[in-house]
Amino acid sequence: MTTWLPVAFSLVLASIAAAAEPPARIVSVGGAITEIVNELGLGDSLVAVDSTSQHPPAMRALPQVGYMRALSAEGVAALHPDLVLLSDNAGPPPVIDQIRSLGIASRMVPDRPTVEGVAEKVRAVGSFLDRQEEAEAMARDITEGVEAVSAVVAEIPDRPRVLFLMGLGRGAPTAAGQDTAADAMIRLAGGVNAMEGYEGYKPASGEAILAAAPDVLLLPSDAVEAAGGREAILAMPQFAGTPAARHGRLVAMDTLYLLGFGPRLPRAAADLARALHPDRADAFPKPPADRS
Amino acid sequence: MTSLPVRDDRAGLAQPGVLALLAALACAAAVASLAIGASALSPGTVLAALFGGDVAPRDAAIVLQLRLPRTLLGFGVGAALAVSGAMMQGLFRNPLADPALIGISGGAALAAVAVIVLGVPAAVAGLAGPFALPAAAFAGSLLTILAVQRVARGDGRTDIATLLLAGIAVNAIASAGTGYLVFGSDDRQMRDITFWTMGSLGGAAWPVVLALAPFALGAVLAAGRWAGVLDALLLGEREAALMGFRVEPAKTGIVIVCAAAVGASVAVAGVIGFVGLVVPHLVRLVAGAGHRLLLTASALLGGTLVLFADIVARTVMAPAELPIGLVTALIGGPFFLWLLIRRRRETLS
Repeated sequence: MTTWLPVAFSLVLASIAAAAEPPARIVSVGGAITEIVNELGLGDSLVAVDSTSQHPPAMRALPQVGYMRALSAEGVAALHPDLVLLSDNAGPPPVIDQIRSLGIASRMVPDRPTVEGVAEKVRAVGSFLDRQEEAEAMARDITEGVEAVSAVVAEIPDRPRVLFLMGLGRGAPTAAGQDTAADAMIRLAGGVNAMEGYEGYKPASGEAILAAAPDVLLLPSDAVEAAGGREAILAMPQFAGTPAARHGRLVAMDTLYLLGFGPRLPRAAADLARALHPDRADAFPKPPADRS
Repeated sequence: MTSLPVRDDRAGLAQPGVLALLAALACAAAVASLAIGASALSPGTVLAALFGGDVAPRDAAIVLQLRLPRTLLGFGVGAALAVSGAMMQGLFRNPLADPALIGISGGAALAAVAVIVLGVPAAVAGLAGPFALPAAAFAGSLLTILAVQRVARGDGRTDIATLLLAGIAVNAIASAGTGYLVFGSDDRQMRDITFWTMGSLGGAAWPVVLALAPFALGAVLAAGRWAGVLDALLLGEREAALMGFRVEPAKTGIVIVCAAAVGASVAVAGVIGFVGLVVPHLVRLVAGAGHRLLLTASALLGGTLVLFADIVARTVMAPAELPIGLVTALIGGPFFLWLLIRRRRETLS
């Protein structure tokens, strides 16, 4: 009686300790997943990330396993990971199968560009890393943060027409239609997607852009830089006749920040909402500064 | 007909010497391909894994499930593309002929892109599963070549000029179709298509190797049968017929075998350009234009080139992997230019 109790007790303790021990070597494939791992305080366990994992900046110094849809099985195996976290957009499928068949633990993280999708993503990563409680708190924070933005947006009657351009391209610029992360962000921030009638990202003709009559142009910051700055873009013939050009309204945001649907979603939504509704800018919540 | 003037029109190396050299190169490429990779495995580990020694399961799996099938697949793809290129150039008497020219790659690409964008019908999804894309690419190449041949065929004979022109037309139609599908694709599918059209051996696995083997082997073996008639065709179709060759069956056979071999390669590894076009020229530069040597040597050198390119593709950016089509062109292009310039200087001086 006196001997087995401590033994059993220490066994239970040991198993709890073992369960709470997160993997020591993690490979993360997916920008938002990498952000979540860092937010959960396990950034030091990351041994490699994919090329979409650009935040926090320290991630850029890690070995890269390539673009998330063009992974290499041996490349991943060479890192001796204890766990590979994969966005469910990762691929190609034969390589995912190879990674599994090498006996490397891998987990698929659902990746949907919606508010519920972010919470789902955070909870999934949390459960794979034995950080359920922290993940639950983070998911709640994100949901509440976005709700706070939505609450302000709901009281604003005007909905500016926003045209998101992925890039200016050489011919027609690529615009976001329905069913895109950009479309979802525009709606979250109290705007209307100026491009209607198609899904995904498509090249849009100058006429279609004029007809869409956007009040605001929304572009990735690097695309704005590449095109020679705000003024240069607003002066381009396909934009010059739009309300956006007349009022000089062009918003530039980092692509991963704006479209990543990760832990920074509430801040990105609030930032975009402030840019779309400058007269109400103060009404939007200012979340705490970026921790990373 | 065994001593055609084309046989030794260059003071090239002796036939056995060339083949021995190329075979040695091929073996070196295969060994390097097994030994080098993103994971640092010692030569001893690789040998032990190959011959059933005592190694960690993951290391054994890397050698036996990743590298060995990949090496065989790479060699098979390179050999199939190069031997098809050599046959096409002989058949069309056109140094620019390669499998892409008569629409084979275009048709394969169209079918593969259709599967990526439109998906697999539920009815066949269960049956085809992961093989849907390769199967479609293969079917696409065969359908294209049958259509092209039908256009070029009349009263029992195939007109080579019409075949070429029809190939160009079908190619244009296929790439328009591909473009239309790309336009309708989402961001993700577009990325898949881009990577697929740059080629990769990343999907190498034993079933894939087994699927390619009959086509690659078949093309190399069948090519030997046509060495004589391809030599004779260099003089002209009429001349070849006068020399007693049965030209028509050879033309049909060559086109079909090339379509099958290239279709199968495109199916398993995507589009790997340059190999089919340039490897036969490399061989001709060093060994003359006789087809008996040219065909075998092209197969060996094609396989070797693809293996070396793949080693570069999967190591320079490790743990990431470059598309192999970039590397074949990047390694082969400058080397080919250098050979051309050197030969030009030789003939001028």
